Amino acid sequence: MKTLKSAAIVFALFSLILGLLYPFAMTGIAQLAFPHKASGSMIVRNGKIAGSELIGQSFTQPVYFQGRPSAGDYNGGGSGASNYGPAEPLLHGQISERLNTLRKMNGLLPDQSVPADLVTASASGLDPHISESSAMLQVPRIAEARKMMSAVIRSIVLTHIEKPLFGTPCVNVLKLNLALDESAARKER
Amino acid sequence: MINLCIYSLFLGLSLVFGGILIGRYMANILTGNKGKFLTWLTPFENLLYRLAYIDAGQEMNWKTYTWALLAFNGIGLVFLFALQLVQGILPLNPDHLKSVRWDTALNTAVSFMTNTNWQSYSGETTMSYLTQMLGLTVQNFLSAATGIAALLAVIRGFIRKNTQLLGNFWVDLTRTTLYVLLPLSIILTVLLISQGVVQTFQPAISAETLEGGRQTIAVGPAASQIAIKQIGSNGGGFFNVNSAHPFENPNLFTNFLETFAILWLPTACVFMFGYMLKNQKQGNVIFAVMLMLFLISLGAALIAENQGNPLSERAGIAHGVNMEGKEMRFGVFHSVIWAVATTATSNGSVNSMHDSFMPLAGLVCMFNMGIGEVAFGGVGVGLISMIFYIILTMFLAGLMIGRTPEFLGKKLGPFEMVMAMIALLAPIVALLIIAGIAIAVPEGLASLNNTGAHGLSEILYAASSACGNNGSAFAGLNADTRFYNILLGIGMLVGRFATILPALALAGSLAEKKLIPTTQATFPTTGALFAIMVAAVVIIMGALTFFPFYSLGPILEHLVLYR
Repeated sequence: MKTLKSAAIVFALFSLILGLLYPFAMTGIAQLAFPHKASGSMIVRNGKIAGSELIGQSFTQPVYFQGRPSAGDYNGGGSGASNYGPAEPLLHGQISERLNTLRKMNGLLPDQSVPADLVTASASGLDPHISESSAMLQVPRIAEARKMMSAVIRSIVLTHIEKPLFGTPCVNVLKLNLALDESAARKER
Repeated sequence: MINLCIYSLFLGLSLVFGGILIGRYMANILTGNKGKFLTWLTPFENLLYRLAYIDAGQEMNWKTYTWALLAFNGIGLVFLFALQLVQGILPLNPDHLKSVRWDTALNTAVSFMTNTNWQSYSGETTMSYLTQMLGLTVQNFLSAATGIAALLAVIRGFIRKNTQLLGNFWVDLTRTTLYVLLPLSIILTVLLISQGVVQTFQPAISAETLEGGRQTIAVGPAASQIAIKQIGSNGGGFFNVNSAHPFENPNLFTNFLETFAILWLPTACVFMFGYMLKNQKQGNVIFAVMLMLFLISLGAALIAENQGNPLSERAGIAHGVNMEGKEMRFGVFHSVIWAVATTATSNGSVNSMHDSFMPLAGLVCMFNMGIGEVAFGGVGVGLISMIFYIILTMFLAGLMIGRTPEFLGKKLGPFEMVMAMIALLAPIVALLIIAGIAIAVPEGLASLNNTGAHGLSEILYAASSACGNNGSAFAGLNADTRFYNILLGIGMLVGRFATILPALALAGSLAEKKLIPTTQATFPTTGALFAIMVAAVVIIMGALTFFPFYSLGPILEHLVLYR
């Protein structure tokens, strides 16, 4: 009985320290020291939140670079993946459908191979990145849709390549598209 | 390629240094030798004991120690269960999530209390901020501290002689939490936030996308929970997809920190063992055994995953690279390292979807969990399982050389062997029974996301994860049904307590024995022969148990894919 009483009190004290004090203190530090990052690295455009630097967004129009397929349709309120095994017929059905659309949209040859990331669903359904080659593959299409020079778009892509020390170079699709919009807007002015 | 080798080497060296550093610190602090820089905390520690009517100087025998541990875990279980049932009417729930269904709540409470952190729910759409903090974060700490406390009792069983006393559970628990887990978590939390991991009480944010649509973005006090989920071998994510979510793991630096944190304390526990025994060589040799097992797993998984998917390659994916269920910023390499680390320990967090791995890489993950996660294992319990394997090995060695088996100066009799066999076999037997039930009834099969051999793999993985107290998943399996919530809940309880209870009984029995001096005829336990024998026992026992089942799941799937 004495053990139960001790157990209950120790549990209550630790719940207070670890369950309230600790997360509240951490949130306080976070909001003081890194307010932008701790709140989700939001991008504000024209006074409105346009998305998060870290969270991918759905792009379907030909004027924008497209990100990776998402099993959850880029729903930032509920992350998720396809969870299909490597031999699953449903997965390969999806892949061949995506390959067809991608090739048609970008004027590729019917048997041209494409980078894996553009036709496979990410783990989070919110992957903000695509590979460098996946971005380059879309440049001609975007140039045509926006009536801009391919070289200009390619140079925008090149400035947005993130090269981590121990990983593959990749491009943040949302930031890239924002830059694209900006450069188009500058041209109009 | 060279880059990746440098990275692996760097990770390995950080682990050895970090492990030795914290291992020595733990050995000191947990035996009561606080350094000067921590003595100022002693009044707080003592106040806590006084408030809870605890006599910190009074040591316990194994039964009292066990009873305290069970009472404490039981209260934690009931509280977490109840909290979820009423979260709908409690504060800190800005997104107005409803109270959790009873079977999900029960499964989650068992899961977090047993350090499994299997999640049949989806974090951002099920749990309020209050539940995540006051319920889940608290259990993240306390289940990890419970594991370390059990390990401390076992170590004292080896060190002490002719006594019944194994230490005081409350003291072990409190010191582990306050001096080890909490400070490390605070440091990691701040580092993670500085990289973009969210920590806020704001509700989900609504954004207007570039194409004019609306995107809801869930946020929350995530960093403080992610830190301890990685450090304490817990693994339960704040968000549904765990550390694959950009808000849990935004870049390769956080990925390094989180991978390191998975392996850090399990490694430190091994070195702590050496320091407490005053026999560092013994700790180093066990570390070598674990490293050997870890590298074998890692090598096998990297080869399997890098082969690529031949079906995708035929369809037109360059080199058939298997990016399904992986994040671009991690790629195949960092996803595989994480997968091996998280299943070789009992962590269970993921940064990619194991369900979509190539069959043999998935097999490696299942095997790691099936053998009970001994390389490097969960905090505390990983080394406990390894000690049981060592006892089995010493028994086999004893048979070969015709002497009574002994380890660290303690004779291992029938009682110790029985405890070792219960601890090693009970989780495996539970695993196979649970998987067997699930494939035999319609409720089990209705949850499958994949057809054919991979469907069996999904069930085998779930059972392995529950009974190994791991928590990672082939997440296609819809486990949020009453059937799986209850079945896997039982598996988690068996996996946890069939390890911890025999361990405490073993500690009690060992402490009462006398220490026998080392002679010429004693089988040396700090050499290469010992290391290789232990590793062989682990692998052979696992292979004999699981091969028939794996051959119908991942191996069959592999053969079909590559025919």
